Amino acid sequence: MNDFTTWDILRNLLLAARWTVLLSIVSFVGGSLVGVALLFARIGKGRLGPAFARTYIELFQGTPLLMQLFLAFFGLGLFGIDVPAWLAAAVALILWTAAFLAEIWRGCVESVAKGQWEASSSLGMGYLQQMRWVILPQALRVAVPPTVGFSVQVVKGTALTSIIGFVELSKAGTMVTNATFEPFTVYGFVALIYFCLCWPLSKSSQILERKLNVAHRNH
Amino acid sequence: MSLIEITEVKKRFGDNEVLKGINIDVEPGEVIAIIGKSGSGKSTLLRCINGLETIDDGSISVAGAQLLPDELHLKALRLKVGMIFQGFNLFPHLTAGRNVMLSQMVVKKTPKAEAEVMAKKMLERVGLGHKFDAYPDQLSGGQQQRVAIARALAMQPIALLCDEITSALDPELVNEVLAVVKELASEGMTLLMVTHEMRFARDVCSRVVFMHQGRVHEIGPPEEVFANPKTPELKQFLGVTH
Repeated sequence: MNDFTTWDILRNLLLAARWTVLLSIVSFVGGSLVGVALLFARIGKGRLGPAFARTYIELFQGTPLLMQLFLAFFGLGLFGIDVPAWLAAAVALILWTAAFLAEIWRGCVESVAKGQWEASSSLGMGYLQQMRWVILPQALRVAVPPTVGFSVQVVKGTALTSIIGFVELSKAGTMVTNATFEPFTVYGFVALIYFCLCWPLSKSSQILERKLNVAHRNH
Repeated sequence: MSLIEITEVKKRFGDNEVLKGINIDVEPGEVIAIIGKSGSGKSTLLRCINGLETIDDGSISVAGAQLLPDELHLKALRLKVGMIFQGFNLFPHLTAGRNVMLSQMVVKKTPKAEAEVMAKKMLERVGLGHKFDAYPDQLSGGQQQRVAIARALAMQPIALLCDEITSALDPELVNEVLAVVKELASEGMTLLMVTHEMRFARDVCSRVVFMHQGRVHEIGPPEEVFANPKTPELKQFLGVTH
């Protein structure tokens, strides 16, 4: 009865891995956009913006991603809205990513010396001009390595969406195991594919860090 | 009418009153040295004039324009008054030339070519025309401070505020910066400088302000203030023992 070849297993896993990649990209891009908005709210003047952003970030950092997925998937169902697994997965991951990226980037903006704000103020620049021309270009340089590093967390975070029934790499692994009864081979491959996705990201984060540091010293 | 009028200015940080009613009028072309112990409020006063600190009481006006804490008034004021800092504060991601060009292009909307001409001229003026394409971290402290001066001058201010601009420099680099400031003074630029360079204050300044505990304790021409200090605090500060 067991007539699955290794290639059959790997092929099915690789096909499912496309969804892992797609979900990762959607989460990261969407999370970046929401994250930028959160960042500006968080560091802006005024009271409402920072308070909202702080609460948002604390909520999403203070609860497990799995609970956020459950809430997105089942929560809306309570109101009679049928949420497909892919939508719940994407929304939860985007919101989760945004919270972490906003906080990473806030640290980067605040790492720019106070004198840079003062010098650009004294030259007559307004808040947005200072941000655009003086602060963000310097913050960006600091932000690249940790941001790329965090993308690894996003890729691994997508594995949790298997629990609400989104068929990506992990879910496919479970399904293939149920058909082949070869859990060790299957999950070994699953782990290997995750590693092949994540390792280049971690590595490039390290390389970028070294490169940008050197660039900062010698240009 | 004076160029800069500082009237009964008070500034508090929490319970600590740093400025307790300052009155100084600065005429066009005057070079004023502000001296005093650390914590006497010298730097705070300078920062108030540029709107980096808001004042709690009193008024400051520059060329007839009142200092008000909204963005529009602040911008108008900062176009008239340039400021140079102890820590240089050059933009590290831009070359010296770009540092001088940026605010012209962003704030004054000067076309790039024009801004570049002005930047070259100003760097030339501080003796750094050949460093146009150098990044700040490729320059010595003295050179960085001269770029900062060029950057402020490119905005064509009517007065410059200098906040201990030689304090972060190695002794052998102090003179090249002071030479530039002296040059500016001789060209008629109005200067307000917080400084610890007493020799420079004596040689170049038209008036010396001695601040003590948030007040103007003594004020006058340098020959009078230095040669004939009236209060015991100034005597002690200058190390004169009679």
